[in-house]
Amino acid sequence: AYRTDEGQPWVLPVVKKVEQMIASDNSLNHEYLPILGLPEFRANASRIALGDDSPAIKENRVGSVQCLGGTGALRIGADFLRRWYNGNNNTATPVYVSTPSWENHNSVFMDAGFKDIRTYHYWDAAKRGLDLQGLLSDMEKAPEFSIFILHACAHNPTGTDPTPDQWKEIAAVMKRRSLFPFFDSAYQGFASGSLDKDAWAVRYFVSEGFELFCAQSFSKNFGLYNERVGNLTVVGKDADNVQRVLSQMEKIVRTTWSNPPSQGARIVAKTLASPQLFDEWKGNVKTMADRVLLMRSELRSRLEALGTPGTWNHITEQIGMFSFTGLNPKQVEYMVKEKHIYLMASGRINMCGLTTKNLDYVAKSIHEAVTKIQ
Amino acid sequence: SSWWSHVEMGPPDPILGVTEAYKRDTNSKKMNLGVGAYRDDNGKPYVLNCVRKAEAMIASKKMDKEYLPIGGLADFTRASAELALGENSEAFKSGRYVTVQGISGTGSLRIGANFLQRFFKASHDVYLPKPSWGNHTPIFRDAGMQLQAYRYYDPKTCSLDFSGAMDDISKIPEKSIILLHACAHNPTGVDPRQEQWKELAATVKKRNLLVYFDMAYQGFASGDINRDAWAVRYFIEQGINIVLSQSFAKNMGLYGERAGAFTVICSDADEAKRVESQLKILIRPMYSNPPVNGARIASMILNTPDLRKEWLTEVKGMADRIISMRTQLVSNLKKEGSSHNWQHITDQIGMFCFTGLKPEQVERLIKEFSVYMTKDGRISVAGVTSGNVGYLAHAIHQVTK
Repeated sequence: AYRTDEGQPWVLPVVKKVEQMIASDNSLNHEYLPILGLPEFRANASRIALGDDSPAIKENRVGSVQCLGGTGALRIGADFLRRWYNGNNNTATPVYVSTPSWENHNSVFMDAGFKDIRTYHYWDAAKRGLDLQGLLSDMEKAPEFSIFILHACAHNPTGTDPTPDQWKEIAAVMKRRSLFPFFDSAYQGFASGSLDKDAWAVRYFVSEGFELFCAQSFSKNFGLYNERVGNLTVVGKDADNVQRVLSQMEKIVRTTWSNPPSQGARIVAKTLASPQLFDEWKGNVKTMADRVLLMRSELRSRLEALGTPGTWNHITEQIGMFSFTGLNPKQVEYMVKEKHIYLMASGRINMCGLTTKNLDYVAKSIHEAVTKIQ
Repeated sequence: SSWWSHVEMGPPDPILGVTEAYKRDTNSKKMNLGVGAYRDDNGKPYVLNCVRKAEAMIASKKMDKEYLPIGGLADFTRASAELALGENSEAFKSGRYVTVQGISGTGSLRIGANFLQRFFKASHDVYLPKPSWGNHTPIFRDAGMQLQAYRYYDPKTCSLDFSGAMDDISKIPEKSIILLHACAHNPTGVDPRQEQWKELAATVKKRNLLVYFDMAYQGFASGDINRDAWAVRYFIEQGINIVLSQSFAKNMGLYGERAGAFTVICSDADEAKRVESQLKILIRPMYSNPPVNGARIASMILNTPDLRKEWLTEVKGMADRIISMRTQLVSNLKKEGSSHNWQHITDQIGMFCFTGLKPEQVERLIKEFSVYMTKDGRISVAGVTSGNVGYLAHAIHQVTK
């Protein structure tokens, strides 16, 4: 989760404002939302992902399902795919998850009933960047119609995203081999500070004519973690197909949670629907993204100033909340035990944990770990 | 071509269809008796005062929005367990239970269903009363369970077919799962009397069945939370380690906030910890962790003495209004000159009433009188007001005389 420079959680100012508006609106009650969710939320959420001028939206071939966070959106999408994709109830369809990935991806698809969950190359530890050749090679070898979980931006946990040109190569292979793109978009806006930039990959795939799913989370970019606000965007060939898909997703939702929680969706819908609040929100998002970007550049410059062995440009080239530092397990153990700096054994650090007060200490500690321990 | 060409259009929801037709109707006297949500005597949704107060208190605390634990808000789950089991419950005091926050009743039922599918190896057969809430069957089916039934409702008397139920239940294969509605059976409104619950408990114990209680109306049925939880508590006292799903949608009017809980009564606290760890493993790949808002409101109410007292008064108020509408409906039918026995309307309890009306009669009510209900003759008494109960009685009399 995001932290301020004081190391505190941050409720976005625009969220506080909108919550007060909701609280003082006596016309609002606690009645059930429709099964698929709050209509104003669904439409605005998909619009954010696909863009105001999205041809798919104009052509009325976009569907949306309000879900419980990004996890819920992934799960409803996975449940639907298991029932209806590549035949009926084809649990043998391979599902590909990047190595590494968010560890819950595996569990979501497994519990949805898929029997063959595989990995695709992603992180190149030696060069500390994207293993594009490995990734493309896995896509070439994957059985036709395999499902690929793609991180829309700010790959979790590596922070390493394909460049636009690399995305184009990925899309070309996926199109040729009839692979299904299931985007996980948990950080739109939060990664670069720009909603449009962070949605580039998803929109490119749409423009290339793909049918796809995009699981959106508003946990990070709205700071609404515990309200469980998510949206599953469905892009199909035409309105009729999308309508039938949604009718079946409705049946899945009905036996999972019946209808979604209203509070978080109301906050997001109200914000996105008002030009003024929308601008305010974008400002809040940029504040968060900028702080993370600042911490990245400050950490890198300190390490370079200290002459810490190795190269540290990956710290600023990576994007989003997390960074794969390149520290090995022994060095990580040193950081935890000797320096009381907590990071994952993989060397992943949460950039949000850095503050102007602790930057020097963290940089020095990394320097020690790298020089003392090989 | 599309990946989805072969995807069939899902059937429209039967209950939503009722509301859709009601909305289109221009008759000023129209009544929507399909709605499964409480309405006040003006036919409006009712936000409880204690809920408004709790919301104001929560807002003033300026809490953050950090993720809840996977199992939910601890103050909420503990208070939910205590509400169901009773503060003097040995099971509660000893800690031999686990309660996780669920997405209202449906989400809690589903967590339980998934848990049983994964960990109850003895049987995957779930026995539902005939009839039961329409969503029970698909929930258990989607969780990978098989559905069976036991006799419950007697359409001839519009009441409980107790001998039929006992007969069927005594023949259920050992270690099967039986689902019981704790109070205010949905859709019939027919509940067993306490002596009947005692016999059911004895039979269920003899057959060594796993008991799954669905309690969606605690407090809302009789107006008394302890009375409505009597069966749940009795079964536990008899040494039956039940599993339980609770909803706060109706009794706190928190419908869209999705506040609910799933509880497993265990042998001891150690078992409870192990069960809890597995429930979390089930929840994480569904939605990671539950929504905070409804749970915070419910927790604030249950844990703040003044608010709790106010809540008990308000829930009794809702239950009393429903009971009063039942009484008025029967007396109005008598006034209309109906010679039928309408006692079941006041014998039944909770939000719903199985009127005993036949499909043809229901159709006439809809077409000629703009009174909307589901084809099985079920009405939501919550949709009846002192302003329209006379009209309803008149309409029912016209189609049944």
